[in-house]
Amino acid sequence: MKGLKFFCAIVSLFSCGLLRAQVPEIPFDGDIDFLKLPANIYLGEVAGVATDSKRDIFVYTRTGEDGTMGGSRFFTHGGSRLFEFDPTGKFLREIGAGIYGFLFAQSVRIDAQDNIWAVDRGSNTVMKFDPAGRFLQVLSRKPESVNPTGAEGRGGGGRGRGGVPGQGVQGDSFSRPTDIAWDAQGNMFVSDAYTNARIVKLDKTGRFIKTWGAKGSEPGQFDMPNSVAVDAHGNVYAADLGNRRIQVFDNDGNFTSQIAGVGAPWAICISPGPHQYLYSSNSNPPDSMDGGEVYKMELDGKIVSKFGAAGKLAKEFGTANEIDCRDPNTLYVGELTNWRVQKITLRAN
Amino acid sequence: MREMICLLLTAAVALAQTPAGGRNLSPAALATRAKAQNVPEIPFESVPNFLKLPANLYLGEGIGIASNSKGHIFVFTRSQRTRLFEFDQSGTFVREIGEGIYGFVFAHAVRVDPRDNIWAVDEGSNMVVKFNPQGRVVMTMGRRPEPADALAQAPPAPDPDNPGKYVFNRPTDVGWDADGNIFVTDGYGNSRIVKYDKQGRFLAQAGARGSDPGQLNLPHSLAMDAKGNAYVADRSNRRIEVFDNDLKFKTVYDNVGTPWELCISSGPHQYLYSSNTFPDNNDYTLATVSGEVYKMELDGTVLGKFGKAGKQLGEFSGLHEIDCRNPDVLYISEIQLWRAQKLILHPNRK
Repeated sequence: MKGLKFFCAIVSLFSCGLLRAQVPEIPFDGDIDFLKLPANIYLGEVAGVATDSKRDIFVYTRTGEDGTMGGSRFFTHGGSRLFEFDPTGKFLREIGAGIYGFLFAQSVRIDAQDNIWAVDRGSNTVMKFDPAGRFLQVLSRKPESVNPTGAEGRGGGGRGRGGVPGQGVQGDSFSRPTDIAWDAQGNMFVSDAYTNARIVKLDKTGRFIKTWGAKGSEPGQFDMPNSVAVDAHGNVYAADLGNRRIQVFDNDGNFTSQIAGVGAPWAICISPGPHQYLYSSNSNPPDSMDGGEVYKMELDGKIVSKFGAAGKLAKEFGTANEIDCRDPNTLYVGELTNWRVQKITLRAN
Repeated sequence: MREMICLLLTAAVALAQTPAGGRNLSPAALATRAKAQNVPEIPFESVPNFLKLPANLYLGEGIGIASNSKGHIFVFTRSQRTRLFEFDQSGTFVREIGEGIYGFVFAHAVRVDPRDNIWAVDEGSNMVVKFNPQGRVVMTMGRRPEPADALAQAPPAPDPDNPGKYVFNRPTDVGWDADGNIFVTDGYGNSRIVKYDKQGRFLAQAGARGSDPGQLNLPHSLAMDAKGNAYVADRSNRRIEVFDNDLKFKTVYDNVGTPWELCISSGPHQYLYSSNTFPDNNDYTLATVSGEVYKMELDGTVLGKFGKAGKQLGEFSGLHEIDCRNPDVLYISEIQLWRAQKLILHPNRK
């Protein structure tokens, strides 16, 4: 018995030491003032941030919706805005002003052709804009009017109402979609999070291919898949926020492995280039200031380093909701509760 | 003869209970009337047409008003959207701040800190937003609830015993001590005062819903003195509660009616102003027992009062915020009359 205790103590000491040795803090700078906004434009909660191949920066932010009573139904519009800045932070333009699907921003991503994709959790749609900012395509449908909370399927109309909460459903009727990613062939993967708890695969034209996942904690099940990324081999990484793990699937949705021990992954990003890295943010929930660090990992989950913590100052994060890592040493972090984009420069050790 | 005396006595008692014209007061009115009586009146005047609005701008409900060190005036108003306007010291419109911002849903208070940062408290978004003097957001506190149509399920009912360190439920006011620590009264939903460090990290909280000493029932306004004591307008308990800098309960002032709004002036001799606000509701008899503003020492000694309920200039209706940077030049905003007034007090004139 004594021997067993001693053995346990040795093991825990060893693993603690090992963990610490495995997670060095990486020195970094954080710039919270580099975006230059016109006098009458403010950011709200920054749900999404992304860069294109020219290093222009796109910010998808929650700015507050307006409601209208129409007959017996309540309609909401206009709750989010999408802005473009040049690499120096100079404001270039607004994209999609007043468009039907901008209601409650969730993320923005740029595909290999520099098209801009906005994922909206309020309207249940994913919208595609060309590099000039013209609207090209919408996936799923905005409910006609506000669904009473917890009463999916009533109040709205048409698609876009999701399925039975917690059940994987066929098709592209999203319910609280959170993120989008592409493989080398242009196939799309959408994390459809809050009620459907699934990943949806569509071809490059937007045609539905397949879906996997349901609410739960088993391998292949999800509790709030809040972010998705695809590596150069087409493997799909899903940030399974509520289950505090990143699940990895092959290109057809077969579960291959999971990465745990990096907190609750709110935002993940895989950098391009010959040596890809996986970033994951253990974001603080909006009602706490615990955690908040971002991990840099190899694709197999081996932790390279970490940086940052929750807070309101520079080099701190307020519920990071999206990370852009086109350049693995220059990251852009969109923060919900701090209403800002932070430019992170990672320095060599 | 005996009957006659009885009748006279009854009439006399009734008159004594109803100082305003002998009309019968409702129980609500009797409860509203300040215990402090025979308080000297402070002569004052209201500056006519002080705020000059551009032709296409209107004030809605005058919820918040505050001045900065240059004498500029900030008005926080419930319009079609909640809006924050800046005027210069002569009342000329300067600009709008935070137009269309995510945190402006239903205004409650605006205050300016010693560095001229502008703090807006919004009870609709449940947020406190800090703007720098240039009008850009530099800190946010609390979080606007997600809209119903972006939620997967109904949020859990708030737990009054565990309200959360970083979220508010209809917060009402903000203040600071000399070290820059931030104090927030929270509010209609919660019944507490919360202390944060200047970087927004939670330090302490006090209060729970109730009427015992140290408890709160609608902490509606907050004022900080130079020593860092916190004065809370405990509106529904009809009293002012004083807490020390660590939020330990100190004392109560319950003789100035229903305090909706508190303000403490700057300078070596600080005064406490408290508004026994006329709520302008269906019980118009309240107009006879409310509407006045009290000037007090910090220890609660009542020095004088001014104003009364009404809609004319120099009368107050739904007085909601006072700026008293200069103790003899006050700015006040009123809910019901969609306006703000500049008041010049003459405390030494009889």
